[in-house]
Amino acid sequence: MKTLIRPAVTLFILLSLITGLIYPLLVTGISQLLLPDQAAGSLIEREGKLIGSRLIGQNFTDPKYFWGRPSATGPYPYNAAASGGSNLGPLNPALKDVVAARVQALRNADPGNTQPAPVDLVTASGSGLDPHISPAAADYQVARVARARGLPPETVRDAVAQQTQGRQWGILGEVRVNVLELNLALDHLPLTKNP
Amino acid sequence: MSRKTLTLFDPALVKPAIVDAFKKLDPRLQWRNPVMFVVYVGSLLTTVLWLHALGGHGETSSGFILAITLWLWFTVLFANFAEALAEGRSKAQAASLRGAKKTVMAKKLREPRYGAATDTVAGTDLRKGDVVLIEAGDMIPADGEVIEGVASVNESAITGESAPVIRESGGDFSAVTGGTTVLSDWIVVRIVVNPGEAFIDRMIAMVEGAKRQKTPNEIALTILLVALTIIFLGVTVTLLPYSLFSVAATQSGSPVSITVLVALLVCLIPTTIAGLLSAIGVAGMSRMMQANVIATSGRAVEAAGDVDVLLLDKTGTITLGNRQASAFLPASGVTETVLADAAQLASLADETPEGRSIVVLAKQQFNLRERDIHALGATFVHFSAQTRMSGVNLKDRQIRKGSADAIRAHVEAQGGHFPADVSAAIDTVARRGSTPLVVADGVNVLGVVELKDIVKGGIKDRFAELRRMGIKTVMITGDNRLTAAAIAAEAGVDDFLAEATPEAKLALIRQHQAEGRLVAMTGDGTNDAPALAQADVAVAMNSGTQAAKEAGNMVDLDSNPTKLIEIVETGKQMLMTRGSLTTFSVANDIAKYFAIVPAAFVTTYPQLAALNVMGLATPASAILSAVIFNALIIVFLIPLALKGVPYRPLGAAVLLRRNLLIYGLGGVVVPFIGIKLIDWLIALAGWA
Amino acid sequence: MTPHAWLLLGLYLLVLLLLAKPLGVYLAAVVEGRAAWAARVGGHIEAGIYRLCGVHPADGMGWLSYGLALLLFNGLGLLATYTLQRLQLWLPLNPQQLGNVSPDSAFNTAISFVSNTNWQGYGGETTMSYLTQMLALTVQNFLSAATGIVVAVALMRGFARHSVREIGNAWVDLTRITLYVLLPLAVVVAVLLVGQGVIQNLSPYQEATTVQATVYDAPKLDATGQPVKDVQGNPVTAAVTLPTQTLAMGPVASQEAIKMLGTNGGGFFNANSAHPYENPTPLTNLLEMLAILLIPAALCHTFGRLVGDARQGWAVLAAMTVLFVVAAMAVMSFEQQGNPTFAALGVDQAAGNLEGKELRFGSADSALFAAVTTAASCGAVNAMHDSFTPLGGMVPLVLMQLGEVVFGGVGSGLYGMLVFAIMAVFISGLMIGRTPEYLGKKIEVYEMKMMAIAILVTPLLVLSGTAVAVMTTSGRAGILNPGAHGFSEVLYAFTSAANNNGSAFAGLSANTPFYNVLLGIAMWLGRFGIIVPVLAMAGSLAAKKRLGETSGSLPTHGPLFVTLLIGTVLLVGLLNYVPALALGPVIEHLLLWAGR
Repeated sequence: MKTLIRPAVTLFILLSLITGLIYPLLVTGISQLLLPDQAAGSLIEREGKLIGSRLIGQNFTDPKYFWGRPSATGPYPYNAAASGGSNLGPLNPALKDVVAARVQALRNADPGNTQPAPVDLVTASGSGLDPHISPAAADYQVARVARARGLPPETVRDAVAQQTQGRQWGILGEVRVNVLELNLALDHLPLTKNP
Repeated sequence: MSRKTLTLFDPALVKPAIVDAFKKLDPRLQWRNPVMFVVYVGSLLTTVLWLHALGGHGETSSGFILAITLWLWFTVLFANFAEALAEGRSKAQAASLRGAKKTVMAKKLREPRYGAATDTVAGTDLRKGDVVLIEAGDMIPADGEVIEGVASVNESAITGESAPVIRESGGDFSAVTGGTTVLSDWIVVRIVVNPGEAFIDRMIAMVEGAKRQKTPNEIALTILLVALTIIFLGVTVTLLPYSLFSVAATQSGSPVSITVLVALLVCLIPTTIAGLLSAIGVAGMSRMMQANVIATSGRAVEAAGDVDVLLLDKTGTITLGNRQASAFLPASGVTETVLADAAQLASLADETPEGRSIVVLAKQQFNLRERDIHALGATFVHFSAQTRMSGVNLKDRQIRKGSADAIRAHVEAQGGHFPADVSAAIDTVARRGSTPLVVADGVNVLGVVELKDIVKGGIKDRFAELRRMGIKTVMITGDNRLTAAAIAAEAGVDDFLAEATPEAKLALIRQHQAEGRLVAMTGDGTNDAPALAQADVAVAMNSGTQAAKEAGNMVDLDSNPTKLIEIVETGKQMLMTRGSLTTFSVANDIAKYFAIVPAAFVTTYPQLAALNVMGLATPASAILSAVIFNALIIVFLIPLALKGVPYRPLGAAVLLRRNLLIYGLGGVVVPFIGIKLIDWLIALAGWA
Repeated sequence: MTPHAWLLLGLYLLVLLLLAKPLGVYLAAVVEGRAAWAARVGGHIEAGIYRLCGVHPADGMGWLSYGLALLLFNGLGLLATYTLQRLQLWLPLNPQQLGNVSPDSAFNTAISFVSNTNWQGYGGETTMSYLTQMLALTVQNFLSAATGIVVAVALMRGFARHSVREIGNAWVDLTRITLYVLLPLAVVVAVLLVGQGVIQNLSPYQEATTVQATVYDAPKLDATGQPVKDVQGNPVTAAVTLPTQTLAMGPVASQEAIKMLGTNGGGFFNANSAHPYENPTPLTNLLEMLAILLIPAALCHTFGRLVGDARQGWAVLAAMTVLFVVAAMAVMSFEQQGNPTFAALGVDQAAGNLEGKELRFGSADSALFAAVTTAASCGAVNAMHDSFTPLGGMVPLVLMQLGEVVFGGVGSGLYGMLVFAIMAVFISGLMIGRTPEYLGKKIEVYEMKMMAIAILVTPLLVLSGTAVAVMTTSGRAGILNPGAHGFSEVLYAFTSAANNNGSAFAGLSANTPFYNVLLGIAMWLGRFGIIVPVLAMAGSLAAKKRLGETSGSLPTHGPLFVTLLIGTVLLVGLLNYVPALALGPVIEHLLLWAGR
């Protein structure tokens, strides 16, 4: 037992330094050097001001914007400093209520739309920061956004199509639309990427 | 031993077994089987609950609790009954052995020779080293070794074989067994055991010890069964809180009752195998006894099931004990008749079967009649270990016969020459698997007598069977390589050890063991003793010497070297029966869950009725049916436990697939049918 | 299952199995000390470490020393992880000035990371400083993984060696696995992750001015910071307008890589691999899933190599793969079904059940991830298992309850599976009438005792822990969802902890002293309560003679054995949990679809 103490302590300290300091700093160095944009968070700046990240969704409730996935973060939606999902179970009445309320909210914002609501627009994402919606969910909102902006629906639909990403390698993930980038595109605002 | 085979449920056995089943309710006895002890405690618990319910404060209807309680007690009793039945059978065997162990009076010799003064003492007072005289009609008082005389002995008390056997001093037929009877003549016997150490004592101890001393595999299995029991205990105990929580969460129904939890526990723990475990062990030892094999321990029998390599003596095992002369092969310039004549002369006084067969062959082929050696004035030269020759000295002739090496040395020592064509003939004979015996007259080599080994009928099939079991057979022989190879091929053994010395045998065993194989061997001679002691499973022939018997861990009373096959089968059967019933027992749990889980929680979650795939009538009858099935299956499986799962010499994978299908899949399916049937009967009787 | 789901599963398996073989062979070379390439690069570092530690690499250890060494080493890890959390406010690399972690939470987290569970009672971005993430959590991600691997290697040596006492040198094994296997793999995976958008920086959290301001109701606070209450005693809320979004930052990629490779699963952020900064694209999702099962799958080949019969490794891998594929198909199908209670609400559920899931992963990639992370004892999640359909959530639960042997944790999955293999050969050995043997080693009383402990520990911890929690007020207080699902949350928590998985039905508020302590105990015993008997078994096996293979011995590499192994895992692993599952996900499923 006694003979084990010295190697245990020494080895623990050495391996801690290697894996806990040298390794993360090495990866940070490589990343900053080769992939600075990604390493910093794929940030979007407008006029030198940080307005968000391409990877992190933002909260939209204005009819002129496409709405993203409902977010269950607290105390407010799309809190990027406290990610999380609703964790509501499938049989939880609270889930049924909140989904019903979201369907109602969509209906209220666009009374003429009688299509069933796409499921991603009424269910909270896992992170609460989901930047994407499905093409179906975008399509569902086109009429409302076009009306609010006074644009022809085709223009809006084109914008959606431009912001639609296919499956990676044709197999991975889902076809999706980045809500923040779509809304920024609609706002016709000049975008500059974070250097 | 009594040859009477008792039927499985012979009333003579069943009645005492029923009584014993109740006697075994003693908690001190129950404690030895931890799984059944849990059932025992559960039965006590539900009994208390029932009494409580009678007082009007029951957690559920007293009728239901009573029904469950009764069947739980039956479960315990059925397991006790199975054990008692197996013990009863063994006791019956032991009793017949004890019959043989009557106290006999012995004539103890004051000096170890025939004709010395005798004292009459009780057989039980004889100690190791005492010498007794046994005459016709006397019973042999204890195991011993014949040191003088020859007698025919009736050993049927031990072997069940009624034909008398000859026991004589010297050689490998010198051992006599206590309890057997001398039919004719007399023998002087040196007693080799102290009181209480005799074979019969060992046999009785083996039967009675089968229950007490668990074999290693039995212990390992018990650990597994106890582990499963602990887990299922955890499962059922925690179900009460889960049920209480569910009731509180849904505001409906009532928590699961203790009675139902005990019923579930008993159904889940492996009671089937646990209830039959000791019966299987006892029955296994009892089967060994029926095969006339005495094992020193259950461990040895189990080890027999693992044997990879089997070493067999050629002579007496693979071939008939005696070689027979089959041809005379003269040297060039010598006629066959001359050779035959010389060979016959040299063999006239040779009483060995080989010697006789030479005389007979010469008579048959060349019509040479036997001559009286005394009339010829001949002196017979006996075989000696130094010269390794025998023969006869006539007035001017010195006829010798012996192995090629011996004769070559003999001839060349006298300045003679060993002809090349004889050497060739020797090789030819050896290649045929026969033994060449060279005959010389003075310095002249006359030729070769071919002694043919007769391979036992049917032995090849037995070896093929062993091969299918995965056991490699190795023939041990003192013959040269060529001879050995030919016989090995004829007999169908996998390998052979030629020109075997005791050291070579020992080395071969060690080599196999070093390669990770378990070695079994049979032997009877004193020179086999070291090898027997080294082998993992060593079966000594009862006819063999005392040294051999002491070195072995089993003794075959029939002295049948191929008995090992039966021993291996019995060893395997014991394991297979345990393994198969364990699988069956655990697989049963699936159906029992389907019966009990929906029934237990249906008041809280009526939708769980969807899991009632058997469509059992009511929750109460579902639970009761599972408990009844669990109890009855023990009774139904008693015959299997006692007879053992039949072993077939198939490959390991085939055997496993077969047993998995029967006991694994069967274990899944059977309870569904059984429980449904019982439920149907309960419903039919209107108790549901 | 949709065609897309089939394709995804197929692609995943293909890549996994292709990568596993070479890594397994390399791993075997490393643990046998013949990885020449690695030694050329890191030999000096390795030798330097041994010199400083006073270790003679050629000295072997008996199982007891080996076990004591691991316990000591992990004990130090526990101490360091606890201390760093408790002192983080006063230590550097804490730009958000996150406070010291509470004693019970720090205790729970320390055990959690040391035991390779990585259960998280806390939210990463709101609790842990960068230094804690790096020097406490990332370190334990490496070291707990290395511990698992070396235990598996020791057991392999038990089978491979014969008639010896030593099962290797714990210090050498830990060093080599960390330096030559985990570290290079982690660097590669981390850089690949950054390339797809996983962040890697030490910056403070970024304040972004959002396109649309967020308006929300917040409780009104008085001057002392206490919530203001109205006359009825309800908290008063006021609408707050928030024009910004705070983006949490940190050295995520370096943590993420080893979190997956070491089947740790402790996320940098609360949302774990659902967070776009941890898992930004479907490709990173694939990469992370591959990283999870890579080493567990590779170790099967290492096993085959070390015991000198590659087929033995394939057999174990085959059993794992079959169980995994069935489980993955089940989750994917159940999650595609969606939630029947939404049917009447006018919701189009063609995309499946998306509550708690990220859109970029959808139901298929999320379901596959759930199967992967619980097949392995990883516990990282890219979707909230609590919101899965009842049966979709039951599959992860069952995968854990099988004892984390379907690939399982790095090392722990293999040694867990080998424990089941020993049980399978025991039963089958009896059934063919031979003293059971596995890989030429007789399975006797001692092995059965150790096996019994190993299979007893976790079910008893899970069942009793759940019972205590549902019976106590503090236990019930943590439950979020009502009815049977609430029971599932507690069952899942203890299943996850005792099996060292770390995923959660995260609705359960487990960051309370009650759960922190109880789950901490479950994690520690669930880890070392198995490691110790496994090492004891390794020692006993190493001391045995190796028996030759004959036609009478049971082949342990064919389909028959694979089937038997699967059957044993299912029967023994599952029978313990049938009633609990019936009262949780099964009844929830029946209720959900009955109420349709």
